[in-house]
Amino acid sequence: MEAAALLLAAGLTIALVLFVARPFLRDPVSRADRSDEDDPAAAERLSLLEERDRALAALKELEFDHRTGKVSDTDYRELLRPLRREAAEALRALETKEAGQRERVRTNVRS
Amino acid sequence: MPELGRAALVAALGLILYAALAGGYAAFCRRRRLLDSAANALLAGFAATGVASLVLFAALAGRDFTFEYVARGTSRELPMGYTLAAFWSGQAGSLLLWLLVLTGSASAAVALNRGLVRDVLPWTVPILGAVAAFFAILLVFVASPFATQAAPADGAGMTPSLQNPYMMIHPPMLYLGFVGLTIPFAFAMAALASKRMDERWIVATRRWTLAAWTFLGFGILLGAKWAYEEVGWGGWYAWDPVENAALMPWLVATAFLHSVMVQEKKNMLRVWNVVLVAGAFGLSLFGTFLTRSGVINSIHSFTQSSIGPWFLGFIAVVAAASIALILVRLPSLRSRTRLESLVSREAAFLYNNLFLVALALTVLWGVVYPLVSEAVRGVAVTVGAPYYDFFAVVFGLPLVLLMGIGPLVAWRRASLRALGVSLLWPAGVALVAGALLLALGAGSSPAGLVGYTFGSFVLAAIVLEFARGTRARKALGGGGWLASFAGLVGRNRRRYGGYLVHAAIVLLLVGAVGIGGFSTTTEARLAPGESLEVGGYRLQLLGSDQRRGANAEELRADLAVFREDEQVGTVSAGKNRYLAEQQTSNEVAIRTDWLRGEDLFVIGDQFNEDGSVFLKVLVNPLVNLIWLAGLVFVGGSLVAMWPDAREQRRLAGRLALARA
Repeated sequence: MEAAALLLAAGLTIALVLFVARPFLRDPVSRADRSDEDDPAAAERLSLLEERDRALAALKELEFDHRTGKVSDTDYRELLRPLRREAAEALRALETKEAGQRERVRTNVRS
Repeated sequence: MPELGRAALVAALGLILYAALAGGYAAFCRRRRLLDSAANALLAGFAATGVASLVLFAALAGRDFTFEYVARGTSRELPMGYTLAAFWSGQAGSLLLWLLVLTGSASAAVALNRGLVRDVLPWTVPILGAVAAFFAILLVFVASPFATQAAPADGAGMTPSLQNPYMMIHPPMLYLGFVGLTIPFAFAMAALASKRMDERWIVATRRWTLAAWTFLGFGILLGAKWAYEEVGWGGWYAWDPVENAALMPWLVATAFLHSVMVQEKKNMLRVWNVVLVAGAFGLSLFGTFLTRSGVINSIHSFTQSSIGPWFLGFIAVVAAASIALILVRLPSLRSRTRLESLVSREAAFLYNNLFLVALALTVLWGVVYPLVSEAVRGVAVTVGAPYYDFFAVVFGLPLVLLMGIGPLVAWRRASLRALGVSLLWPAGVALVAGALLLALGAGSSPAGLVGYTFGSFVLAAIVLEFARGTRARKALGGGGWLASFAGLVGRNRRRYGGYLVHAAIVLLLVGAVGIGGFSTTTEARLAPGESLEVGGYRLQLLGSDQRRGANAEELRADLAVFREDEQVGTVSAGKNRYLAEQQTSNEVAIRTDWLRGEDLFVIGDQFNEDGSVFLKVLVNPLVNLIWLAGLVFVGGSLVAMWPDAREQRRLAGRLALARA
C-alpha cells in the first residue's frame, strides 16, 4: 500500500513538474522572452479612453436620471454643460494623442 | 494512503513556492516563459492540493482511524454526511480547504484575465502564490491532516453542536468568502506593484469580489440559522467573536463594493479603495485566525490550537507590505477629481462607507478588547451584546436611511428641492407605516419602530426606483411594461441587483427587530398533563420518552400545541446524549407558522425524575424573514454579478483600441 502510494505520488509529481516546465519545453530557445505588456503609450491611450467612456456614461446617466425625475430641469441644464465639456475634452485629448502617434509613424516611415 | 496525502501536500508547497518566487522574479525581470511557468505552478499546486483533499475525503469515508484527524473528529456511528463534513470541522482540514479553494480560484482568476490585465498579471501570480504558500507551509509543517497513529477501536466523534445540516455548508461558504477576498487583494496589490492603476484591476475582480462577498454574507446567515436551531437560546446572532470575525470583512467588502462605483464613475476614492480591499483581506485572515486559534472564548472554542502566532505573523507581514506599497504609490493614486457637492450620489456612498467602516472598527474593538484588557490589566474583559447592539443601532439606522436616500440622489450634485421631490413618496409611505405600526402597538420597542419606519422608507424608495426606471425605459424603447422592466434590469444589473440586496437587508432588519423587540418568553416546570400559555399558544405536556437515534440517546418532551383551544400540532423538544462524544446537547423544537409569520420555539431545559420537565418557550415573530432575506440576498447578488455581454464587448473594444 505504502509503495503504491509513493509510486502514485512520484508519478503525480513528475506530471506536475512537466506541466510547470511546459512553457520552456514548448519554446526552448525563445528569442522573444519578454512578457506581453502594454507599452506606456498604450497605457496612456487606455487611460484616455477610460476618461472618454466615463464622461459619455455620465451624460447617459444624467439623461436617464432626468427622465426618471431624479434630476430637475434646472439641475439638468446646469449639469449638462460641464459634462459635455468634459466629454469633449476627453475626445479632444484622445484625438491629439492619436494625431501625434500618426505623425510619429509617418516620420518613422520617411526616415 | 496518508503517504500520498503527505507527498501531495509537499508537492503543493513546492509548486506554490515556485509560483511565488519564480513569479516574482519573472514579474521583476519581465520574463514571459517563467511567468507562464509560475502560473502553471499555481494550477499544478491546485491539482496537488486536490489529490491531498481526495485522500482526506477517502479516509473520512472509510473511517480510517489510523488518520489522527479522522479519529479525532468522527466515530463509527456518526452519519456519513457529518463524517464527510468533518473535512472542514477540524483545523487541519479547514486549512486544507482554504488552500484548495485559494489555489483553484487563483488559477481561475489568472486564466480568465490574461487578456484584460496582462500588465498586472505578472505581479498577481506571485502575490497569490505567497498567500497560498503560507497555508501550504502550515499544512506541511504545523497542522497536517495526514498524521497517523495505531488505529483506535472508535473515533472520538464530532462535537454535538456541529452535527447539524447547516454546519455541512456554513463553514465552506465562509471559507469561500474569506478566500475569495484574496483575489481582489492580489489584483489590487499587483496593480500597485506594476504601476497600472487604471480601472482594469477593478473590472477584472468585480465578480470575484461580489462572489466572495455573497458567499461570506450567505455563510453568516447560514451560521445564524445554525445558531438559532442548534445553540438553542432562542436568538439568532449573539455577537460571538467568531461570528464577528466573518461580519467584519463582510462590512468592509460592502463598503468597497459601494465606493468602487465612485471610482468607476468619477475616478475618485482610488486610495480609499485599495485600503478597503487590503482591509477586507486582512480582516478575512484575522477571521480565520480567530476561528482557528481559539485565542478568544467563543461558542466555536472547539477549534483551539497553536497556529495563532503563525497567523498573527502573517497578518503583520500582509499589513506592512500593503501599507508600504500603498504609501509608495500614493502620488500616482491620488485622484484629480473632487467631490462637487455634499448632496450627491458619490457623497451618499462616502457617508455609507464611513458608517460601514465605523461599524466594522467598532466590532473589531469589541472582539480584541479581551486581548487588550488582558495585556494591559491582566484580566480579560469581554465586551457584551449591549455594546454591539448600541453601535449596531447608532451606525445601522443611518445606513438603512442611506439605502433609501442614496439611489434617489443624482450623481455630481442634486438641489435640495429636487431631492425633496424624490423623497416625497418614500417619506410619505414611511410616515404612514410608522403611524400604523404605532397604532398597532409597535411603540413598545422605540428602536424597532424607527427600524420599521426606515425599512418602509427604503422599500418604498426601491419600488419607486424600479417603477420610474421602467417607465423611462418604456418611454425610450416603446415596448411593453414587462420588456421595459427586463431591459431596465438587464442594462443595469449591478444597480438593480443591488436594490434587491437592499430589499434583503430590509427583510433582515424586519426579522431581527421582530425577534429582538417583540418576542415573548415564558418558563415553567410542567408535569404530564399540565399546560403553559405564551403568545396566544397553549402547550400541554403529553409526556417524555427516550429513544435511540443514529448516534445518540434522544430524550424528548412531547407537547401538544393549541391555539384558541384547537390543537394545531405537536412538538418534541429535549436533549441528545451523544455516545462516542460523551456530551449532551439541547435539541430545540421549532414550529413555524408561515401565515402568522412566527416561530414557536421550545427548549426542554431540564428533565426530572418525577416525569416533570422544565421548559422555556418563546414566540419569535417575523424571524423567518431573516432566512428569506438570505435567499433574496443571493438572488440580488446573482443579478448583480451576472455577466453582461455588452459590457464585455465595450471593454474588449476599448482595449483593442488602446493597443492598436
